[in-house]
Amino acid sequence: MPLAFDDQSSSFFDYLLHQRPDLLPGSRGLASENSVSMPEESRGVVPPPFSHGTTVLALKYERGVLIAGDRRATEGFQIAGRRMEKVFKVDEHSAIAIAGAAGPCLEMAKLFQTELEHYEKVEGVQLSCEGKANKLGQMVKANLPMVFQGLVVVPIYVGFDLKRAEGRIFKYDITGGRYEESDYHSIGSGGKEARNTMREHFRKNLSEEDALTLALRSLYNAAEDDVGTGGPDLVRGIYPTAKCVTASGIGDIEEERMSRVYAGLIEELKRGA
Amino acid sequence: MPLPYYVSPEQMMQDKAEYAKKGIAKGRSIIAMEYQDGVLLVADNPSASLYKISEIYDNIAFSGAGKYSEFENLRKAGIRHADLKGYMYSREDVTARSLANGYSQSLGTIFSQELKPLEVEILVAQVGEPGRPNEMYRISFDGSIFDERGFTASGGRAEALQVYLKDRYTSEAQTLKTALALCAAALESITNQKLPLEGLEVATLDRTRVGRKFRRIPPTESRQILA
Repeated sequence: MPLAFDDQSSSFFDYLLHQRPDLLPGSRGLASENSVSMPEESRGVVPPPFSHGTTVLALKYERGVLIAGDRRATEGFQIAGRRMEKVFKVDEHSAIAIAGAAGPCLEMAKLFQTELEHYEKVEGVQLSCEGKANKLGQMVKANLPMVFQGLVVVPIYVGFDLKRAEGRIFKYDITGGRYEESDYHSIGSGGKEARNTMREHFRKNLSEEDALTLALRSLYNAAEDDVGTGGPDLVRGIYPTAKCVTASGIGDIEEERMSRVYAGLIEELKRGA
Repeated sequence: MPLPYYVSPEQMMQDKAEYAKKGIAKGRSIIAMEYQDGVLLVADNPSASLYKISEIYDNIAFSGAGKYSEFENLRKAGIRHADLKGYMYSREDVTARSLANGYSQSLGTIFSQELKPLEVEILVAQVGEPGRPNEMYRISFDGSIFDERGFTASGGRAEALQVYLKDRYTSEAQTLKTALALCAAALESITNQKLPLEGLEVATLDRTRVGRKFRRIPPTESRQILA
């Protein structure tokens, strides 16, 4: 039990930063020194642009925001995992999806969840949607030293803003820059293909069914062209994960519904071929 | 150079204890009571925004009686302790027992080493999984810790409350309604006046809930429950 009550911050992240920097993602306290983790020849070298194998996307629809991601994890040219989850519930009204190095991504998702819950308990109220988005930006910024060691973490944040009564999408760059998107966005190595598909088919106020179909179509197209993105695995019955964030909270989209939408989509593609 | 006065350790501890007890008795009381779905916490608190009862973790609640600034600091420290543990290990590894131990250590150290002891009494409650017992710990200003069963009271005229509840509390089949009615009646009995429901802060740790078990019950809902 810490006796030092002088630090009155409501942020769990700040608490770790001051009291337990070793627990932060990438343990920056240790890594920022010229330590073993950074080989001599890589110092001062700007890393090549990273495109980690993944496609995650978010799009707005009539009731809120839909966020979805594929399930593939890669290690070089190998497939390291087929059931990886890249979309995380953060609290009752927000979710994030992350592209980048798997370990730090999971760590950041967990830390962000704890951060928001911690704030809510200490202050007695939830952070605003904007506040949550800004906080995530600070956490991405704090990860910048790790980027130079090749451990990139780039999230998309979606939340339902209860004050404005609308869903919102925020994207980030590696420096923690935060940009709001008005309709849809996707990131990861297959992000461009997914964006192209959404650009073509996106309409305002889609129904949930149509939004889900569009999300899965975009992921399918991304998987067509990008080796880092997994398509639907009909043999093992593995489908992308998706969540919808609405005024009434956050909900998972069941696998059954996914397989139904995919069945329709595949039928349509067969006819076209 | 004048010699410092000699005060025997017994005398010093006694003075400190008296000082702390006086401070705590000036405040209002809090009751924690087990009922069939978990633990009910009721505080005599006229403020609707300055809480005495708070969530600490998934199935753990905190309540503080005495000086607000002092138990508020302890509450925050508890949340940090719990969140850190849950982040470092896993959510199920956060327990009321370890938290109560932490509070006991903190309060004990402050009581023996600082000039002024903390004028607080703390309750830490944990609702058990279905089929497992609940846990309730009362931690006193000097760090002494009591493992309570059924019900417990702290702050204000806690002893009178304990006596009142001892005669009337039955451990089997307490519903939320009977438990809340009993707590309200007990708090009224020591103040000797009618307490409006708006003056009661009510919260539960409800094991039937999914995920976080803590829930505040606003006065309008208390009225419905008691109706």
